[in-house]
Amino acid sequence: MSQNPILEIKGLHKRFGDHHVLKGIDFSVEPGERVAIIGGSGSGKSTFLRCMNFMETLSEGEIWLDGQRIGQQVRGRMTYPEKQLCKVRERLGMVFQQFNLFPHMTVLQNVMEGLITVKGLSRQDARAIAVRELAKVGLGEKHDAWPGRLSGGQQQRVAIARALSMEPEVLLFDEPTSSLDPELVGEVLRVINQLAEEGRTMLLVTHELGFAYHFATRVIFLADGVFHEVGTPDEVLKNPQKPRTQEFLRRFGEFAF
Amino acid sequence: MHYTPDFSVVWNNWPVLLRGLWVTLEIWLPSIAMGLIGGFLIAQARLSQRRLVSGISLVYVELFRDTPVLIQLIWFYYAFPILVGIQLSPFAAAMLGLTLNTSAYASEIFRGGIRSIHRGQMEGALAIGMSRAQAMRRVILPQVIKRMLPAFTNRTIEVAKMSSLASVISVHELMYQGRLLSSTYYRPFELLTAVAFIYLVLIYPGTFLAGRLEKHLARSN
Amino acid sequence: MNYSWDFRPVFAHFDMLALGLLNTVKIAAVSIVLGVLVGLVLAMMRLSVRRWLRWPAAVVIEFYRNTPPIVHFFWFFYAFPVLLSVSMSPYVAAVLALSTQSGAFYAEVFRGGIVSIERGQWEGARALGMTHAALMRRVIVPQAISRMVPPFIERSFELLKTTALASTLAYADLLYQAMMVNSQTFRPLEVYTTIAAMYLVLLVTASQLARIAERRLTAYQ
Repeated sequence: MSQNPILEIKGLHKRFGDHHVLKGIDFSVEPGERVAIIGGSGSGKSTFLRCMNFMETLSEGEIWLDGQRIGQQVRGRMTYPEKQLCKVRERLGMVFQQFNLFPHMTVLQNVMEGLITVKGLSRQDARAIAVRELAKVGLGEKHDAWPGRLSGGQQQRVAIARALSMEPEVLLFDEPTSSLDPELVGEVLRVINQLAEEGRTMLLVTHELGFAYHFATRVIFLADGVFHEVGTPDEVLKNPQKPRTQEFLRRFGEFAF
Repeated sequence: MHYTPDFSVVWNNWPVLLRGLWVTLEIWLPSIAMGLIGGFLIAQARLSQRRLVSGISLVYVELFRDTPVLIQLIWFYYAFPILVGIQLSPFAAAMLGLTLNTSAYASEIFRGGIRSIHRGQMEGALAIGMSRAQAMRRVILPQVIKRMLPAFTNRTIEVAKMSSLASVISVHELMYQGRLLSSTYYRPFELLTAVAFIYLVLIYPGTFLAGRLEKHLARSN
Repeated sequence: MNYSWDFRPVFAHFDMLALGLLNTVKIAAVSIVLGVLVGLVLAMMRLSVRRWLRWPAAVVIEFYRNTPPIVHFFWFFYAFPVLLSVSMSPYVAAVLALSTQSGAFYAEVFRGGIVSIERGQWEGARALGMTHAALMRRVIVPQAISRMVPPFIERSFELLKTTALASTLAYADLLYQAMMVNSQTFRPLEVYTTIAAMYLVLLVTASQLARIAERRLTAYQ
């Protein structure tokens, strides 16, 4: 299958001051792919994901969405007009480690918010979509709850519903289970799995290697700001070729496939 | 805007302003020092088990916090002497008013600091065999004082600003001298601007320090 | 201490004090409204990405925070008119002083509220594709307001107390009217005790009303 990539990254560099986090990454995602990005803490895996929807500004590099380069050349310099970035972010849904729900809005209002202010839907249409997406993540009975009253797992499912409601072409998950109590991880992973079965295009930064193995069509091991090893879950997680990858997997210990 | 400022009037009267600044320091520093001592005592009274003692100290604190300082200074200068039958100099009235006012505010800082002590800290110290006094000196107080330091610095700044109100009851401090000079030479723009800058130089280091302390404290927690 | 209190001469002039109280409330209300406007402008400048907007606002704010209020009153009444060669009524000078100094403090309250909102909230809204304007209006400001309410009330309470300084410019506020009554009755103890009580009632009432408002405005937390 040789489709056109939905998302393409060329020569991506990211520096925080003197700290060179990402050192020239080329990467592309085809529709329907599910990519798991793993690596030690501080390896830049979250930064990599956050560059794609411009939560971080790029130091160098190009991002192409559906064959179109993001940004505009103005007098030889690349600029990123707000309007264009908003459009890109609308098409790339993101789920954060800390959920980032809006505490002053109810669960239903959280999911309706983007539909109304970004997509410009009417309240009724937004409501219908929000109700549908919340039912899908199993929170149909929590419409009027305040996010602060929910468990971490429930909050993260609301955040997923909020991202889904925008009908994004690609979903970005930034360590979605890392701040959850162990017993709440399962409910979130089940929802992500369900999305995988629908054939959605997804990028997942995670520490859950067992889940990554079952979930992903491709696994990337990021180390020292480059793609250290890339391949199928079997190749990278079961038969890693490079010593660094082997070392990382050994340190993470046994994980159940 | 045809006005041409002439700041030579400031330089020519520099000794007078300096004398005023000296009096400002004379009211400011003693009243903050005595106010802290008074505040510590009132905080003890507020935390007392006896309802009458804590009640009276509460009324004291609220009286000083819920009326303008200027009224307090005027009251101590014009009204209080009649009540007690002793004549007070403007300086003494200002000092009395500012000290009692500072005591009220400082007591709230002490009270907050003492109440913020976590019970676990005392228990932890006792558990390794410290006496109550040792625990207080070695464990509790260092934490509490550190936590109260920004608030005390802010209070010190406030008292410096309040000391300027003593000019209203004709204490010859900086603001008073500035007003006097500006009506003598009819150069209010130059003289009042100069007075403002002298206060700025006096007070800004305190604000800067309080800001640094707060940041430092936020980081260490 | 065998002074015999006599409040009758004071109460005979109560209409004057009532007018003074009304003027105190009036000047406070006008200055709060104008102060909020000044504060909003300064806060937006401070939060701007442009350095040439941030810096002047920071200088103005620091100047006001580090100089005594009485200096501002005298500066606006005596120095400012000289500079612009206009005449200035006590009322206008006092309102200018009060609204600019409270504006400087309000600006820090507003800015503090905005920057206290966690990064995740900005990112969550941005990730949905919201524009800066939309995320401010829908996500950041609504949350920031409830955090601004307590310090805003505290600042307004301070402003209400500071209005007493308008009397030094001969604006007919409560303190000034008390001085007038005193010069007619020669009863300073009764006069100043009465107005201290009036300020107390005014300030306690204001803080109770503020507390009710605060509870309403911060309901969802």
